[in-house]
Amino acid sequence: MDLSYGPQYDTYRQELREFIETHRDQAPRNAPLKSDAAKSWQKLLIDHGYTARTIPKEYGGHGGDPDLLKARIIGEEFARAQVPGGLGGQGISMLVPTLLELGSEEQKRQFIPPTLAGEMVWCQGYSEPNAGSDLASLRTSATLDGDEWVVNGSKIWTSTAHLADWIFCLVRTESDAPKHQGISFLLFRMDTPGIEISPLVDMTLAPNFNEVFFTDVRVPKEQIVGKRGEGWYVANAILGHERDSLGDPNATLSRMTRLIELMKEETIGNERIIDNPVYRDRLMKIQARVMSLRFNDLRVLSSRLNNTDARLPRMISKLQGTELRHELEGLAIDAMGETGLMYGASEFLRDGGSWQNQYMYFLGLIIGGGTSQIQKNIISERGLGMPKEPKFEQSSSKTN
Amino acid sequence: MDFGLSELQLSMQENVNRFLAEEASLDRVREFAASDHSLAEDIWTGLVNLGVVGVLVPEEYGGLGLSAMDAAVIGECLGNHVTPVPYLATCVVAPRAIALAGTDSQKDEYLPKIADGSKTIGLALSEACAARGKNGASVRNGKLTGTASFVSDPHADYWLLADRDARLHVIANDARNLEVKVMPQVDRTRPLCELAFSNTPCDSLPNSGSTVLQHVLDVAWTTLAFDTLGAAQSMLDQAVEYAMNREQFNRVIASFQAVKHMCAEMAAEIEPSRSLLWYAGYALDEAPDDAHLHACHAKAHMAEVGTFVAKTATVVHGGMGFTDLLGLHYWFKRIGFNRQYLGGPEWLREQAAIAQNLAA
Repeated sequence: MDLSYGPQYDTYRQELREFIETHRDQAPRNAPLKSDAAKSWQKLLIDHGYTARTIPKEYGGHGGDPDLLKARIIGEEFARAQVPGGLGGQGISMLVPTLLELGSEEQKRQFIPPTLAGEMVWCQGYSEPNAGSDLASLRTSATLDGDEWVVNGSKIWTSTAHLADWIFCLVRTESDAPKHQGISFLLFRMDTPGIEISPLVDMTLAPNFNEVFFTDVRVPKEQIVGKRGEGWYVANAILGHERDSLGDPNATLSRMTRLIELMKEETIGNERIIDNPVYRDRLMKIQARVMSLRFNDLRVLSSRLNNTDARLPRMISKLQGTELRHELEGLAIDAMGETGLMYGASEFLRDGGSWQNQYMYFLGLIIGGGTSQIQKNIISERGLGMPKEPKFEQSSSKTN
Repeated sequence: MDFGLSELQLSMQENVNRFLAEEASLDRVREFAASDHSLAEDIWTGLVNLGVVGVLVPEEYGGLGLSAMDAAVIGECLGNHVTPVPYLATCVVAPRAIALAGTDSQKDEYLPKIADGSKTIGLALSEACAARGKNGASVRNGKLTGTASFVSDPHADYWLLADRDARLHVIANDARNLEVKVMPQVDRTRPLCELAFSNTPCDSLPNSGSTVLQHVLDVAWTTLAFDTLGAAQSMLDQAVEYAMNREQFNRVIASFQAVKHMCAEMAAEIEPSRSLLWYAGYALDEAPDDAHLHACHAKAHMAEVGTFVAKTATVVHGGMGFTDLLGLHYWFKRIGFNRQYLGGPEWLREQAAIAQNLAA
């Protein structure tokens, strides 16, 4: 076991720390998408190789060599400094890696640079009202009419649809094929005629999601990633990228550190919460789990560096990371008691109301990106080798 | 950067697991459980031949001179096979304590005999951590008085005892004025006894004190956590295998989501715990500032995960899990023992809080 990153990485970390301290004031706080503040911060980070680090320069990235340890140091240091790192969003975190892997040269040149720069915002059109965990049964259709696809149907849980310029969208193009082989991966503009967006307010009361309806939306034929009927496999490459980012142990560690401080500040009767053994025991229980997931993450990283097997530790990280985070946020609310109920801008909030917000938000993440139940299917089937549920003979699906 | 078991650790585990699978089967464990609990010579000799009995004894005393982490990963194998040997006491805690706190002549006296397997040492540390009742022993004029409970290995040749002042002493089993009473308990792979002293002679380790005691407890807690890890992994493996073969409603029960999800939950609890334990084991010798906190958390957390797995894996077996026929209860009880022995999870979490100045 060797936990040192090596002297060149210690230097790299030190330089990054200095960079963050020097530029901390320029970091955008809650800056709207496409705002100058957000775009110039993004540009600064790309120039220094602190985001889009390995994406080639010709596509607007930094053009650095792949280096898992540098990537990890970047994640750790921005989280530690509580300064926002590079832009996220489904365009950057999901579409860009997919285009790099499976897009045509023209698509890479057209879409990656403006997406990375924060000028082109994307939304993801996967889930439908009747295609959630069983995503492959999706029914939104696209039929070829001359040089255009004609898209009809609807999508749901579409984050940032109201802000997005473009959508990457799964549609059924081969109505006769088996359900996984009839799907294609289309890209189209959100201002195309025939698209209607209806906001979907979630339990945090933020309009984080939307429903999107398509009526005869015409899409140029060449705006497809991969071939006709291969969309399921294109999408699966992306889902892997998403799951890796949903249970980030660095962010959880920062929340844990803040939670300890909060429990020293809050009182019940005349006693600090931290001095109450029942609350303290709950804190210690959660701390052990935070540590476990952090070392689990280190183990996954190490397996990638050294080419060893870490399938199971990787498979459990979304399930455990989101469940733990929800519980951690919930303990903070209990520590505050009635103050923990405060919500919406007021002088009574602690930490900007983030504990209630994140408590609810992480319930959303337990469900989104593959529910905990789907994760358990994956762990038992692919991790432990247990058989799939037998399929019903007759199909109740209306897609075939 | 390499966060994982070394090639040496993996090959030691492979060798020990192979030996235990062949020579220390469940039938042999049952035989021990039904016996008077004197040393299982055949298993012990096999472990001596593999060299693992001297894992922590320095090379100049005939041992392997390896690290506490190396010792802990061997402990994982013993938990995996519910092996009834005094490994934790004789091979892990005693050599570490004697090497740190003993004089040269004490090291000469005890360490070679540990390394060659000719003597065993039990542990009398329960009064030094999470003590129950008013038991405990004190030394006056070089002689012991008092009582030590939950002492491991009633047939050991010696015991290592922590007195009320955190000083360590070695007591021979044929010492004068020593009374040994067996304390029958639920895990019959880890026999316990009570020792009563009245002016009983002992061999005091002069360099002992609270620092050494804390270190050997950290080593003991971490090794116990690895034992639970091994036992929990075995219970999950057995549950999956049983579910893959047991048919109900014309299908193997492993194809029911209710059963699959129980198994997935066990794996999802075990894997991150394994990662925590690796760091806790590493910290014992390589990151001393982190060792105590992580040892507390490793034992407490593994106790909770172990309890969950012990219950869930038993339930996956249905009625057979409850019987003596399958013997699954040997693992259930081993995990239960490790949970309480030398401090339960609530007490250990309080120690973790104290270590961070979050409690007094």
